[in-house]
Amino acid sequence: MEIGLAHYLTVSAILLTLGIFGIFLNRKNVIVILMSVELMLLAVNINLVAFSAFLGNLVGQVFALFVLTVAAGEAAIGLAILVVYFRNRGTIAVEDIHHMKG
Amino acid sequence: MGLPDFSIALPEIILAIAAMLLLMLGAFRGNGATNPVSWLAVVIMVLVAILVETGSRGSVVSFEGLFRVDDFGRFVKVLCLGASALAIIMSIDFNRREKLARFEFPVLIVIATLGMMVMISANDLITMYMGIELMSLSLYVTAAFRRDSVRSTEAGLKYFVLGALSSGMLLYGASLIYGFTGTTNFDALAAALSHTDKATDIGLLIGLVFLIAGLAFKVSAVPFHMWAPDVYEGVPTPVTAFFAAAPKVAAIALFLRVFISPFGDLVSQWQQIIVFVSIASMILGAFAAINQKNIKRLMAYSSIGHIGYALVGLAAGTEEGVRGVLIYMTIYVIMNIGTFACILSMRQRDGMVEDISKLAGLSKTRPWMAFFLLVFMFSLAGIPPLAGFFGKFYIFIAAVNAGLVPLAVVGLVTSVVGAFYYIRIVKIMYFDDPAEGFVPLSRTQSVIMTVAGLFVGLFVLFPAPLLESAKAAAAVLFS
Repeated sequence: MEIGLAHYLTVSAILLTLGIFGIFLNRKNVIVILMSVELMLLAVNINLVAFSAFLGNLVGQVFALFVLTVAAGEAAIGLAILVVYFRNRGTIAVEDIHHMKG
Repeated sequence: MGLPDFSIALPEIILAIAAMLLLMLGAFRGNGATNPVSWLAVVIMVLVAILVETGSRGSVVSFEGLFRVDDFGRFVKVLCLGASALAIIMSIDFNRREKLARFEFPVLIVIATLGMMVMISANDLITMYMGIELMSLSLYVTAAFRRDSVRSTEAGLKYFVLGALSSGMLLYGASLIYGFTGTTNFDALAAALSHTDKATDIGLLIGLVFLIAGLAFKVSAVPFHMWAPDVYEGVPTPVTAFFAAAPKVAAIALFLRVFISPFGDLVSQWQQIIVFVSIASMILGAFAAINQKNIKRLMAYSSIGHIGYALVGLAAGTEEGVRGVLIYMTIYVIMNIGTFACILSMRQRDGMVEDISKLAGLSKTRPWMAFFLLVFMFSLAGIPPLAGFFGKFYIFIAAVNAGLVPLAVVGLVTSVVGAFYYIRIVKIMYFDDPAEGFVPLSRTQSVIMTVAGLFVGLFVLFPAPLLESAKAAAAVLFS
């Protein structure tokens, strides 16, 4: 069986779904949420690179490099906010984040 | 291949260099430099706004088609710069009294504004993403700015998680659009989508839906609004004032540019989604605010409702509708800045208060502040002859002319429901027994309140400049 574009797109869609569900169903730890966010961005990168190779067009790979760079910055800021939060509350369990009613 | 034409991005380049210089100034002089850094940031934003207005006219594209400067961009950029500069001015006094005065705050707002300007000028999905992220990453940090407060850091954390989720969805949409059309450039997309066979591709439509979801998050439209009330309530009040104005305008402008220019031929595909989002936002904004006791939370629901009204103009998909959105957002920003100048003045002897009940009898203790808050509340409710009425008027006329009569009817009904909670604030100020009064207002806050109040009250006499420039800006997207 030859691996075609559809296979890459399927893997990427599964990763994206895992990422979204990881954010909403996770009841344990905020770190897991940060990992889920990274998973979503990686799904996007797989998509971009697969399309780029399939179309023979470099724009997708350039886009993927930008996404990687921004993802690094995003993770840094997320962890920084998490550290500040931990100093105030002493916990990062998701079920404890309910100071304001939503 | 020669160098691109850098001159059209001169305002953005100046703002970027200014942000770095201000950061250096702050780093070397410490927190004692907060005041000069803040005022320098304001001066630079005003100068950049003048530069944007006086720069070359017409539509120019540079950086290999990544970046576009036109009248639409100029209009929205000036609005964003003005709103950000006012947010910095309002923050100075508050931050000093709350012992929050740190020089990073104005620098972060300058960087966020730079992100907004890139978003507004985006002519490519890559530029759009970089602009959105530059803005959002700065906003996450400003949300958690009060590092020793549980509420502020919790708001920052919530905003970060949901914002990152929305960026992920937006990007996934962008990747599908790239894959199914083979380009990320807005002009090339518009050309590719004018063929009908491409336009009904299911992959492209899924990409479009993800893109709408991501953008709806950024403007806090229902069903992606859940972060807004918590974040607005938790963050320091000047940050709330900033969040409610400039980022919303920039995101709505991006909404307009993306859906009118490259996806203009797909209007039948996205119109029903926008109509749904708009109706849901208007209804939630009207009903959920009724029971609120915290005025910042109330303003969050109010802004969700107002975004719903602005999206009515986008749903119309016509030049008249876009003009209506631009007028609406300008008036919305000024009303909101004025309201937040009042909220920032709600300070009793032992600190800031946010409960609506604390406004009781304000007409006796601080008659002028009560009067201006009354003007802003009536204007937000859309009562003629105040400016807020004209914003809604142009939007609804555009919707009716585009054949969306049910949408306009829902808008009218929800603004009547929404009037209830605005007028309740007026009733508390004018007819309830006076509570403990507020400490005297700071000079900056009263000046901003007065200027915004005069604009809102006297707009009916001088509407022409705003109407004309909004018309010129809207025409660009359809040429």
